[in-house]
Amino acid sequence: MIKKEPFFWITVSCGLVIMAFILIPLVQMLTAPSLSMLKETIQDKDVVRSIWLSIYTAGLAAVIAFVFGTPLAYILARSNFRGKHLVESIIDLPIVIPHPVVGIAILSVAGRGHWLGQIFSELGIRIMGSVTGIVVVLTFVGLPFYVNAVKSGFENIPPRLENVSRSLGASMFSTFARITFPLAWRSMLIGIIMCSARAISEFGAVVIVAYHPMIAPVLLYERFESYGLKYSQPVAVWLVSICLALFLILRILTLRNAKNS
Amino acid sequence: MISIDNINIELGEFSLRDINLTIEKNEFFILMGPTGAGKTVLLEAMAGLIPVNSGHISISDRDITRLPPEKRGVTIVYQDYSLFPHLTVHDNITYGLHFHKVPRGEAKKRFDRLVDDLNLSHLLQRLPTNLSGGENQRIALARALIVNPEVLLLDEPLSALDPGFREDLRKGLKRLHENTDATFLMVTHDFSEALSLADRAAVMDGGRIKQVGGMKEIFQKPESTFVADFVGMKNLFAARFHDTKAVIDSLEIELGRSPENGPGYIAIRPEDAILSREKLTSSMRNSFKGRVTEIMDLGLFYEVGVAVEDVLFKSLITKSALFDLEVLEGSNIYLSFKSTAIHTF
Repeated sequence: MIKKEPFFWITVSCGLVIMAFILIPLVQMLTAPSLSMLKETIQDKDVVRSIWLSIYTAGLAAVIAFVFGTPLAYILARSNFRGKHLVESIIDLPIVIPHPVVGIAILSVAGRGHWLGQIFSELGIRIMGSVTGIVVVLTFVGLPFYVNAVKSGFENIPPRLENVSRSLGASMFSTFARITFPLAWRSMLIGIIMCSARAISEFGAVVIVAYHPMIAPVLLYERFESYGLKYSQPVAVWLVSICLALFLILRILTLRNAKNS
Repeated sequence: MISIDNINIELGEFSLRDINLTIEKNEFFILMGPTGAGKTVLLEAMAGLIPVNSGHISISDRDITRLPPEKRGVTIVYQDYSLFPHLTVHDNITYGLHFHKVPRGEAKKRFDRLVDDLNLSHLLQRLPTNLSGGENQRIALARALIVNPEVLLLDEPLSALDPGFREDLRKGLKRLHENTDATFLMVTHDFSEALSLADRAAVMDGGRIKQVGGMKEIFQKPESTFVADFVGMKNLFAARFHDTKAVIDSLEIELGRSPENGPGYIAIRPEDAILSREKLTSSMRNSFKGRVTEIMDLGLFYEVGVAVEDVLFKSLITKSALFDLEVLEGSNIYLSFKSTAIHTF
């Protein structure tokens, strides 16, 4: 057998360190609570309510990203215009801004001191401490993940396919419906998963805009603050398990469809 | 009839300038030129996929310059086939019928005929991803022709195929052209393809049309050094002219005629320059003694460089001729050509 060089062993050991770094805390957290505690926790109405709120606000954020982000992603993938790089950088901004800053920024336009806040309050829309506010924050932080995933999905579809479709008599809309969408929907689904995964994990921005109603990460934080580690662990286990299960189901659905088509 | 009238296109660093072309109805017209000449840009402009900055394109006296692609009656077949990967072969072929009002019987008739002509019946339920290049290109042709386009644009449809397929598909293309009313406009690099398929052609370079005319005319009577070089006129010399003679350096060449309107170049195709051991006197007005300077193996042919005085000629001969004439580098040989084989411009 050929003797492996030291470099090989360095790469392997670095890899093992990283695996351990990620897995040990997670496994510890997942296995710490006893089954009876887990059962007790899931019967707690506050916990169920907060997990459900987390899931559906994150889902709503993903739907909003889908509706508004898809056309934008298409334009960014297909056309070159002046200021395109600027637009792309603006879309990436929510990724790099510290989370509490996002919350403060959103609150600062939602108050009565700002014309947007004035319009909202006249329409009866409340941002501070409301589900609407949570959705606004989650959309803000999740959008870049959706737009970027779908943009690269569109970029992978040769424009020539659309050209051929047009020349065969299809309008722009028919071309999108019959060619572009069927070829891009998988990347849209991945975008939706990425966007909602990012949204569901948001804490810093939400806690500033809406401490109540409580989403799961805020509840987790509150349990930790008031009762300690032992009481926050079961909530964490449920949140992580439910999210993983949801994403797994989505992935399986897409893979199965990929084989059929 | 297609008429392209003073088309100008700006595309970033690239531009098409003053493009004028007239192509007759149901003609098979070829666009030739080196890579980057603007052939594909011109095709895409005709299909409405690239906007033109000025000028007009009309088909059968209908101005289509500002029409969207779906309203032009122009379909396109790309070199990479561009089949829809998520649709079966059948659905690819019939795709365009969704957008054209074709009675069901007529649609069926067209479909059956194309599938039959292009030998696709055994592939209809397959997806294009796993098919060969030749099969994919036949599907792309069927898809483009089923809507009865007025004009079919072909962007190097044969160049990505294996030589065997290429020959087959070339014959298929010729047959399809004879069976439809569509005007075929095809981009190609391949001269034998061009000669066997088309009557007329245009040569493009650097976003301009350099020459338009019959295939033979372009091959034998190029109007510029670029076209002469492009069509393989290896013997291309700047010359002075007096009476019926052309003079290159000090070498006098008999033209057998007085050239018109003050030309500056003479050109002779390498296959028209004949090599022999003895001086040829018959109909050859020009027969020079020279020295073989190089022999290049081109596969089926040999290109022999012969220096006559200081002028280097190129002659294209077969392997057996090379053997019979005992052509060796440094040996002496006679190089002859008819005066009618000399093109001046």
